[in-house]
Amino acid sequence: MKNWIEKQRYIIDFTISSLLRRKVKNFGLLALYTLIVFILASTMFFTYSIKKEASLILKGAPEIVVQKIVAGRHDLFPVNYIETIKNIRGVASVESRLWGYYYDSLVSANYTLLTPPSNDGVKQSAKTTVVESESGGQPAKLLFELGGAVLEPGTLIIGNGIARLRDIGKGDYMPFRAFDGKVMNFRIAGTLSSESELVSSDLMLITGEDFRKLFGIDQSHVTDLTVAVSNPSEVAMVASKIKNRLPDARPIIRDEILRTYDSIFNWRGGMMIVIFSAAVLAFVIFAWDKASGLSAGERREIGILKAVGWETSDVIQMKFWEGAVVSLTAFFSGAILAYVHVFFTGSIVFEPALKGWSSLYPNFKLTPFVNLEQLTTLFFLTVVPYTVATIVPIWRAATIDPDSAMRFTGE
Amino acid sequence: MLGLLLVHASFSAKARQANLEEKAMLVKTLKLTDLCLFTEARYTRHLSQADLNTAFQDHPLSLEHFPSGSFTQPPESIRKLP
Repeated sequence: MKNWIEKQRYIIDFTISSLLRRKVKNFGLLALYTLIVFILASTMFFTYSIKKEASLILKGAPEIVVQKIVAGRHDLFPVNYIETIKNIRGVASVESRLWGYYYDSLVSANYTLLTPPSNDGVKQSAKTTVVESESGGQPAKLLFELGGAVLEPGTLIIGNGIARLRDIGKGDYMPFRAFDGKVMNFRIAGTLSSESELVSSDLMLITGEDFRKLFGIDQSHVTDLTVAVSNPSEVAMVASKIKNRLPDARPIIRDEILRTYDSIFNWRGGMMIVIFSAAVLAFVIFAWDKASGLSAGERREIGILKAVGWETSDVIQMKFWEGAVVSLTAFFSGAILAYVHVFFTGSIVFEPALKGWSSLYPNFKLTPFVNLEQLTTLFFLTVVPYTVATIVPIWRAATIDPDSAMRFTGE
Repeated sequence: MLGLLLVHASFSAKARQANLEEKAMLVKTLKLTDLCLFTEARYTRHLSQADLNTAFQDHPLSLEHFPSGSFTQPPESIRKLP
């Protein structure tokens, strides 16, 4: 065993010195190979982490969202449908949502305006406070409070992305053009945390009253509904009952939301297939270069080695180590660079493509969900094909006569 | 080196647990349905809520043209339709 290890050590020493003799060619090869691993690993780390993060964050999404569809498009939901849904057996509660988009032509950005739920269903990070009107004659008002910012009529709580884009903050005013052309000014009551940008970058929390005034929506309509179901195993059943009773409604269950994000950045997607095709093509070129034979210099080197007493198996081992040194170095460097790229620099290489035409883009830091399975997949995708591709031509060259190998001038 | 990378990933994931919980709580509190990844179009902002004719949003031959559309697929519920 000791002899075998010694022999391998000498072969590796020889291999490294042989690689260093052709510095330019081998460093060029290494750089290109590292780049391919880097792109593949970055894609893998980014997509896996974002999917995993989505599955953890969105597990608290509504069990069922019910939209109304008119001519294939999302339409306002009539409030009188709510009773029909409440009467379905298994439905625990029904809540309406008011939300929509506002295009800010000043910065060419789309905001998502949302009215926070008015009940006190969840109280851990936000609360709804009942405030008696000062005049006494008015009904009690529900005020929403989040992270110390109280949302009341005439105010907004904005996402950190909007605050950054518009360079505004608490106490500033923001004008909006309402549906009838009138200008409405809102005071910023607070901003959502920068840590939550992945879900709240473009959010604007607004009271229901202001939302209706801004978009001209009367009290008989809402944007959509959320339905809570008593027994989680009955969610699909309740969704199908909603569909049966209200044929123009479209229920979307939480599992579908999670599955949507599970299939996001699927390899068959446009940009993904471009990245994968480029990587596969590069590997095909590598493999072709290796499988189509060795250069005249390499053949001569093999001939000399055989002439001085090396056996075929030694030559194959030497070339195997050569392939392994190059591919392992590229694999390790590529994977580490990709890790730094995705989790420390915010995927700076992918950023222009991810931003697309949006002016408002969340500044988020992904949680590094990296596991052994991903690294093994990457290893088998990159190192194994290259190493295997080097063996066949070496075996062919190593089995020929040393004399003819040294005389061979190559193609 | 790769071992160190895995160890770092594991420690970082644990350290960021509170941040993940904060986001999950915001989703639950505000009844949100989607991540804010692409704000360029309504159906890319709320991927899971996209309507059925997203691919032909303007007229039958006007196919999807937003860059983020090339990263994502239509919602699962739409793809399952016969």
